[in-house]
Amino acid sequence: MKNILYIGRHPEILETVVRLINNNEDWFGAGAETDEDAMELFERIHFHIVLLGCGIEPENEEKLRTFFKSTNPDCAIVQHYGGGSGLLTNEIRMALENHNMA
Amino acid sequence: MDRKDFIKKGLMGTGMFITSAAVGDVIKNDIDEIKELEPLGFNHLPNPESFVMENTVVHKAATRGHANHGWLDSHHTFSFANYHNPDRMHFGVLRVLNDDRVDAGMGFGKHPHDNMEIISIPLEGDLEHQDSMGNTAVIKKGDIQVMSAGTGIYHSEYNKNKDRLTKFLQIWVYPNKKNVTPRYDQISLDENDRHNKLQQILSPNQDDAGVWIHQDAWFHLGKFDKGFATEYKLKKEGNGIYAFVIKGDFNIGTISLNERDGLGIWNTSAIAIESLSENAEILLMEVPMVL
Repeated sequence: MKNILYIGRHPEILETVVRLINNNEDWFGAGAETDEDAMELFERIHFHIVLLGCGIEPENEEKLRTFFKSTNPDCAIVQHYGGGSGLLTNEIRMALENHNMA
Repeated sequence: MDRKDFIKKGLMGTGMFITSAAVGDVIKNDIDEIKELEPLGFNHLPNPESFVMENTVVHKAATRGHANHGWLDSHHTFSFANYHNPDRMHFGVLRVLNDDRVDAGMGFGKHPHDNMEIISIPLEGDLEHQDSMGNTAVIKKGDIQVMSAGTGIYHSEYNKNKDRLTKFLQIWVYPNKKNVTPRYDQISLDENDRHNKLQQILSPNQDDAGVWIHQDAWFHLGKFDKGFATEYKLKKEGNGIYAFVIKGDFNIGTISLNERDGLGIWNTSAIAIESLSENAEILLMEVPMVL
């Protein structure tokens, strides 16, 4: 099971992306709209991949990346594009392959 | 209880601080993109065959990914949805080139997008568009539709006609700026303006011909008589160009292309194009090679 955290400011897209992740029986998806929720989740669950979604301000993204890398250096941090099913599976599979987690 | 259920139930049990969406499919969701894209009859072809040379890549039509969902028959030049081919992820910032056929009266229900420049080019029939910005429109052959998804939009695209199919190209380009304000536009072009010449249909500039997007990209369409030859000069240093044959046969430089073949070229300032058949149609997409 690969654990995947999605962070994005658009609540409906967040809900959709997390649902799509969980459609794959080998993946567990969780989501957070705020940085605080994301960091708290990250401390509670060992995530293999973090997907950065829409609306995250550059300075917040930098803080999040620093936090995730210092907490779990092996976690892959990926910018998610497209906001739906089109690229999601490819992004996750590429992250797993590139980080030898496939 | 498997690990996935355990984690979900664990989160639910703690009254977790995250949004309710965090537990994914535990929550009922009436925004349903994937439902209509369930892989019924899914038979994508994981063709690894690409002809990569010093500064070119050829994607023959028959080697594209293929997904047949019944009402939707789609060929993917690059990895998309269930078609995953690590050798075919993108050409520069050109990320998606889908060649779609949608049955009469069918279509894509309401679904979201963010941070992507999405261009649709109808080839046959009519598509009815609705989106979360309040736009309702029909696009037909000759039109170009563009959406900057930015911070997030919802839209649906249906074949407006109940008695005939529609065909269109769906193209996604990575934006050069994240989280822009969502935007929709469409234009109608005179197809006579591409007869034996290249008609610009997209650029980065609001006051230029065609639609515009948040990227240093230029798209052109051409419809050529047999034997007609021309040259395309790239507009920005460092950009590459991806040619997609809509109809007929072409030579680009020394490379022969047939219907629905694709050819990417980089490290060049110009390409020579020659039509090998009557009424041959080509789409040229000049894009940055790095994001």
